[in-house]
Amino acid sequence: CSALRPNRNNNIFLNTDLENQFKAFREKAADAMPGSDWTPFEKNRSLPPERADIVIVGGGVVGWSIAYWLKQKEMIRDGVRVLVVERDPTYSQASTVLSAGGIRQQFSLPENIHLSMISADFMRNINEHLSVLNEDPVDLQFNHSGYLFLASEKVAHIMEENYRTQRYAGAKVSLLSTTQLKEKCPWINTDGVVLASYGLENEGWFDPWMLLNAFRRKAISMGVYQCFGEVTGFRYTTNTMTTAEGDTVDFRRIKYANVQMPNSLEYQPVECAIVVNAAGAFSGKVAEMMGIGLGLKDTIAGIPLPVEPRKRFIYVVHCPNGPGLDTPFLVDYSGVYFRREGLGGNYIAGMSPEEEEEPETNNLEVDHQFFQKIWPHLAHRVPAFECLKVTSAWAGFYDYNTFDQNGIVGMHPLVNNMFFATGFSGHGLQHSPAVGRAMAELILDGGFKTLDLSAFSFKRIMTKEPMLERNIV
Amino acid sequence: MLMQRSCRQVTLLAAPSRYWSSIPVAPPSLQPRLLLFLSQRFHDIETILSWSSWFKNRGLRQKNFFYGYTQQNYGDNIAAAYYILSLKGGFRFAGQSEWFRSDRRGKFNWDFMNHRDTSIEEVDVSNTLINYTGLENLVKQRGLCTLSVSGCAEVDDWFLSRLHIFQDTLEELDISNCPRISVGGLAALQKLRGLRRLDVSSLPRLQNPGLVAILLEEMLPHCHVTAIGYDHSLIYSHTQTDG
Repeated sequence: CSALRPNRNNNIFLNTDLENQFKAFREKAADAMPGSDWTPFEKNRSLPPERADIVIVGGGVVGWSIAYWLKQKEMIRDGVRVLVVERDPTYSQASTVLSAGGIRQQFSLPENIHLSMISADFMRNINEHLSVLNEDPVDLQFNHSGYLFLASEKVAHIMEENYRTQRYAGAKVSLLSTTQLKEKCPWINTDGVVLASYGLENEGWFDPWMLLNAFRRKAISMGVYQCFGEVTGFRYTTNTMTTAEGDTVDFRRIKYANVQMPNSLEYQPVECAIVVNAAGAFSGKVAEMMGIGLGLKDTIAGIPLPVEPRKRFIYVVHCPNGPGLDTPFLVDYSGVYFRREGLGGNYIAGMSPEEEEEPETNNLEVDHQFFQKIWPHLAHRVPAFECLKVTSAWAGFYDYNTFDQNGIVGMHPLVNNMFFATGFSGHGLQHSPAVGRAMAELILDGGFKTLDLSAFSFKRIMTKEPMLERNIV
Repeated sequence: MLMQRSCRQVTLLAAPSRYWSSIPVAPPSLQPRLLLFLSQRFHDIETILSWSSWFKNRGLRQKNFFYGYTQQNYGDNIAAAYYILSLKGGFRFAGQSEWFRSDRRGKFNWDFMNHRDTSIEEVDVSNTLINYTGLENLVKQRGLCTLSVSGCAEVDDWFLSRLHIFQDTLEELDISNCPRISVGGLAALQKLRGLRRLDVSSLPRLQNPGLVAILLEEMLPHCHVTAIGYDHSLIYSHTQTDG
């Protein structure tokens, strides 16, 4: 009957008062029925769950990669309850989104080369791993332009040794002489360059935000809990044991992680079995909450986690006559690097400062004077860059490992259930898929199965044997 | 079969704003809408739909297996030839003029087995399912001059980056109509210094095809770049001209 079809407010008759009262009554009745969300007590839905198996401190790309791989490797559905705690929902200070986004295989340590190769393989098949049903496929916007390292006479022998290590590990790298370099890149000034090393495959740059969001979306679809809050402390039990010489050693086991809500004093103690420290540049602070480094000077308890934030600047420059589509990610021996950004003649440039000139890290302000140190090197290497204009700049933190600039992956000897995946000093993003898988194997299988990262454990920091990576950018 | 087709339609339906297609999608018919509705309400339907994409991946992997057994027993050239023919493509040996192709039903002439030691010079695998792992079967053909992967749905930027193997000999490359190629992969073509003819027509994911064609010509100075099938007309925004 056409007269009884519902109108815009879903009322059968015109908007009579009786009809509206019936509607309100129906809604209240539905709320009171069991199975609805209504409770008489006010519930803060942004609090994390009261109990979780694994708490990952830090929601950057490494944290979400570990969360995804933990869910991927669990043997039964909902086998582990994983909670990822991230302090900043806008990711305004996170190193992941502020990075230049490059991936390379040209390292000097075989473990780093393998990490990069596995991560590149992962990114190639990223839709097999991270696609969610009925959602858009993942597009990393990967530019396959490769990295080009230049060496002067002093460091050419190091480059040759690294080349041998890289080829042995299976990376596709080629060495170029000065004439070959000039032929390949006519816009380069080869003054001072003796040898160049170019990555042929699996090298380039991509969008880190897309990778982070792909991991996050897939992990959440597999049941990982996400919480925006800050871990402000831990509640732990201590087991004191004495050595043969009579010194006491405290072994701690975390029972609760206190997660404080943003802009509020409210906190939730999350009862957890394992805590993973993937807090990036701020991992040192998280480690201090457990008392790592606060013991007596010459004991293991006195060795702090050697990860601290270091500020790095990236400048966006515009040069209309610069090198074209074939610009690789060029890293000069002076430490200056640049890469193409987009198709409009824009480039991204930066340089790692010397140890003495490290900028202060209490904010992310950009020091524009620093560019005056970069420009001469850029203009010397690429004559077209003599007339360029800086259009924009930003700063980001490296989670800098002051000990040997390589990642720390593994457990701490004195805290029985805290795992570390931090300190990558600028290559955390490119190693994140492989590190996530290694951590998941360590946690769920008890040891590394596919790639042995025991060289990156905390042991080298205790025995003071640095594993230096010679090719840092 | 019906389920697979409707599963594909469901995924197409649920992502109407695919980043590589600026063509507005027509309103879908009843069956994929019903499947989408059911998959959002029931976990079982969702699991069955995800199995279908797993099966599709498995089919793709089987097409692109490494023909190790053939390579061990008959040599690299025969393995590459057999792989191309089983993909329903065609090739031409070096020094010969006739092409070996397989017909629509997958049947082909076994005469190519007589030429164990001749390497392959021209390969045409257009409109097939070749991908990065399948290229592993062709890497030993160091004398490859012409490669056509026009219209291949699985050829992406990683495939292009692997083509550096043929950097000395490859002269003609046809990558038109490949829906997965973007600018990042085209930047990898800089290593092909011997390239003389490049066809990048109708690549749906290119946002600025005219600019990319010019940049490619600058990057490969000896190469002739063909880039047809794009709409280069200016886009006017009508809303800004009103009051």
